[in-house]
Amino acid sequence: MIIYGVALLAICMLAGTLIGEWLGIAIGLDVNVGGVGIAMLILVVLVNSLKQRGKLDKDSQKGLSFWGGMYIPIVVAMAAQQNVAGAIKGGPMAILAGVVTVIICFAAVPILSNIGKGKGSIESFDNEKIDAGGFK
Amino acid sequence: MLDSFTEVLNENGLITGFAIVGITMLISYILSDKLTKGRLNGSAIAIIIGLILAYLGGISTGGEKGLADIQMFSGIGLMGGGMLRDFAIVATAFEADFRELKNAGWAGVISLFAGLIISFIIGVVIALTFGYTDPVDLTTIGAGTATYIVGPVTGTAIGASSEVIALSVAAGLVKSVLTMIGTPLVAKYISLDNPRTALVFGGLMGTTSGVSAGLAATDIKLVPYGAMTATFFTGLGVLLCPSVLFIATKAIFG
Repeated sequence: MIIYGVALLAICMLAGTLIGEWLGIAIGLDVNVGGVGIAMLILVVLVNSLKQRGKLDKDSQKGLSFWGGMYIPIVVAMAAQQNVAGAIKGGPMAILAGVVTVIICFAAVPILSNIGKGKGSIESFDNEKIDAGGFK
Repeated sequence: MLDSFTEVLNENGLITGFAIVGITMLISYILSDKLTKGRLNGSAIAIIIGLILAYLGGISTGGEKGLADIQMFSGIGLMGGGMLRDFAIVATAFEADFRELKNAGWAGVISLFAGLIISFIIGVVIALTFGYTDPVDLTTIGAGTATYIVGPVTGTAIGASSEVIALSVAAGLVKSVLTMIGTPLVAKYISLDNPRTALVFGGLMGTTSGVSAGLAATDIKLVPYGAMTATFFTGLGVLLCPSVLFIATKAIFG
């Protein structure tokens, strides 16, 4: 049933958010530390194991993929309620700080994504084999 | 006639939100196809339209929630609010590959710290060039440049003035909006086309709204990876800015 997938998703989100709250309390702050990220990890692990045991039928998966498909429309709705006017009203310093940060962080993406590459990843393993074979 | 029309929209806020966003998406995909021959993704156009509407809503009501401050469109606030947004983000993990996450895990963690510290330093340096010298002000603006949540939380914790806190929020908002618009435009040049780079991207940029919208406009398959690291960023920022980074700023400029 579709609701099984939706409920699975809901339980993962609640569990992740709760752990995030606990992490926040543990470090003495009133914030949620990575609750959504933790929920995603729980979901990935659960879906993996349920699928392997054939316990996640087509209809249950529909409940999950529906909400995944609603993601972009929800993001559009989120964009429509950002405080864009406030961002512009912040003046030249706020705008400059935002612009410079975004440009430098964009530029840092390719540099950092090379870190740790080749530790057991499939593509790099293939590359190493090719390199060792002298095909450069 | 018109009264009952607005009444129906007002009473069915969330449903009105679905209808409006659906129509926006339809128009955006037609524009993407006809004007840019599909080069600019339809969802990127939809997000830009959303931001323009948010701006118009903001200047017409003077509120902080963009279009959602207009009562007829308040359902947009529910649809794009934190609860459904997080629910949909978690749902994207359904398509994520666990092996990719394990492989790029460390790069993601490093990018989180790097992203936070880079944003903080840039915020501090720019605040300095605009004449701010007090470590409390510098730290708050640096924290705001991380995200618009870290700024006010840090500012409140270390006793910044409300004027500086407002500035820090504005810096974070600019970062978020620019990430939404800029990501699809630069994706090709920074090789943002695989899970590992998306994980690093999420950690570096940090703004959950910016990353989730930017990646959605670039390639929906990358969303779970970027969103996962980005959701840790604010927590890390709130942890480090009022403590380690504030102490460091005080030691240098105090």
